[in-house]
Amino acid sequence: MGEKIATRNAYGMALAELSSQYPELVCFDADLAGATMTKYFKDACPERFFDMGIAECNMTGVASGMATCGFKPFVNSFAMFSSGRAWEQVRNSIAYPGLNVKVVGSHGGLSVGEDGATHQCIEDFALMRAIPGMMVLCPCDGYEMKQAVKALVEYEGPAYMRLGRLAVETVTDTIDGYKFELGKGVTLRDGKDVTIIATGMNVQMALKAAETLAAEGISARVIDMHTIKPLDEELVLKAAKETGAIVTSEEANVLGGLGAAVAEYLGGTYPVPVVRHGVEDEFGRSGAAPKVLDAYGINADGIVAKVKQALKLKK
Amino acid sequence: MDKSTENMLALNAAKARYYGVKMVYTAQSGHPGGSLSCLDVLTTLYFRVMNVDPKNPKDPNRDRFVMSKGHCSPAVYPVLALRGFFPVENLKLFRSIDGHMSGHVEMKYNPGVDMSTGSLGQGISTAVGMALAGKVAKKDYRVYAILGDGEIAEGQVWEAAMSAAKYKLDNLCACVDVNGLQIDGATKDVMPSEPLDEKFAAFGWHVIKIDGHDFNQIEAAYEEAKTVKGKPTVILAKTVKGKGVSFMENQAGWHGKAPNAEQWAVAEAELKAKIAELEGK
Ligand SMILES: Cc1ncc(C[n+]2csc(CCOP(=O)(O)OP(=O)(O)O)c2C)c(N)n1
Ligand SMILES: [Mg+2]
Repeated sequence: MGEKIATRNAYGMALAELSSQYPELVCFDADLAGATMTKYFKDACPERFFDMGIAECNMTGVASGMATCGFKPFVNSFAMFSSGRAWEQVRNSIAYPGLNVKVVGSHGGLSVGEDGATHQCIEDFALMRAIPGMMVLCPCDGYEMKQAVKALVEYEGPAYMRLGRLAVETVTDTIDGYKFELGKGVTLRDGKDVTIIATGMNVQMALKAAETLAAEGISARVIDMHTIKPLDEELVLKAAKETGAIVTSEEANVLGGLGAAVAEYLGGTYPVPVVRHGVEDEFGRSGAAPKVLDAYGINADGIVAKVKQALKLKK
Repeated sequence: MDKSTENMLALNAAKARYYGVKMVYTAQSGHPGGSLSCLDVLTTLYFRVMNVDPKNPKDPNRDRFVMSKGHCSPAVYPVLALRGFFPVENLKLFRSIDGHMSGHVEMKYNPGVDMSTGSLGQGISTAVGMALAGKVAKKDYRVYAILGDGEIAEGQVWEAAMSAAKYKLDNLCACVDVNGLQIDGATKDVMPSEPLDEKFAAFGWHVIKIDGHDFNQIEAAYEEAKTVKGKPTVILAKTVKGKGVSFMENQAGWHGKAPNAEQWAVAEAELKAKIAELEGK
């Protein structure tokens, strides 16, 4: 607990580490290896690293062709470009034929900071989730990321994973009985009044919010939903039944992402208040990352406010 | 090429044209124009050039083919059927909800198809990926692709062209079906793509220009491509869109339209006469 590392770093190191064990693992980047952290793979295994230049659409298609020949490609760029620029390539050349390609988007969300709105992808969850059969992941810290990478290498099929730019506190390593499994959320803290379901670095914010709420006598459960699709419906349903109110939290547009997934599911099974915390359908701005996040209410206080809203709605 | 080989190719191409147009007529939708223009090239690929085994369509050492202009399924499916990958009867369910022979070329349900395509510009990248995979795995299979001359306007095609040259993919041979037409009219009016030879050469490719309806030239071009080292090859095949059906030839309007019963009667007679002529009847 306490160690700080960006999930992009943990990802890059984990992928490089696995390169010798998996000779069919290949890694693509589009002139951002130093930022997406595929530079570790490049150093460890230059013969299976391909810099495709600033041409994300072609990179995505080349990876799909390699997958048909038995390789396990990971394609990398900023989330904006791997999920946005090449969206239709991901849909038609990877997901429709069901090919084993992992699409990775680093620098997801507002925490890109200074580069501003053109690079702050808040739509990747919605974009990727809308594609049939696409798995969507956003691990919250370095410890979880390492296991997610290994699980993805072994998983056969198309998937998208978002990485963060900022160094974030490692929290999952000290959770009793923590086990990473694709498609299974993890309860990091138990509670009975409300459940906060968070993904990515909002998990750490949710844990802080739960502390604040506890001081006010509100018992909040915190679920780390590293896999946004397929959603761990069993865990969501249990939380709805046991706590009667849900707050979702993500560093993404509130439209179409984790919050939408939870609301869509509960709306048709066990309707309880679902209040979504995230970016309220607007573009980001330049600024130091923590300041940008604060400006959009993407912090523990923002979650606390949403919890109070949810509790008011709870019958 | 000896006369009997040439006759075999011409006969298979004639049959493929007949089945292709019939499929479109039966489905009352589909793309006859560009399918007919590339059929002599495609037939030569599957019957003379490519190393494939219909009994083992997933053989890891086989040559691969990507129809980057995926609307030309009425060329691909008949050639695969004639080559023995699946029964000719399957063609009846082209574009039908009762089967899985999708309107655009589809790989999961149709044996022999190496890549699903339909969104123009994407197929050539996947062919680059297959060729790159061959280099990394040190296998000596070859990868073939056919593109449209309208498709070439997609930026992704040129991204792919650059990457194929970077990785010296001499195991890749693309063919552009230069029929001069796309949907909205002549390629020179919609978006001029010429000079294609200079463009591909500038992108680091070996360029061969041929008449895409001359079997001798087609086979010779593919043989030449096999000897080129250190760079990919592109064959610029001058063709006639709608080739083999008189009223479809050189007409942009027959790009993606099905004949009605009257028109089919004319087309059927012409296509069957060609088959009979080649069979010496
Ligand atoms: C990305 C994309 N845009 C548009 C289309 C619709 N479309 C299908 S065929 C076609 C024209 C293709 O012309 P060309 O490449 O010359 O093919 P050919 O003449 O050989 O049929 C278009 C615009 C498509 N399939 N994909
Ligand atoms: Mg054309």
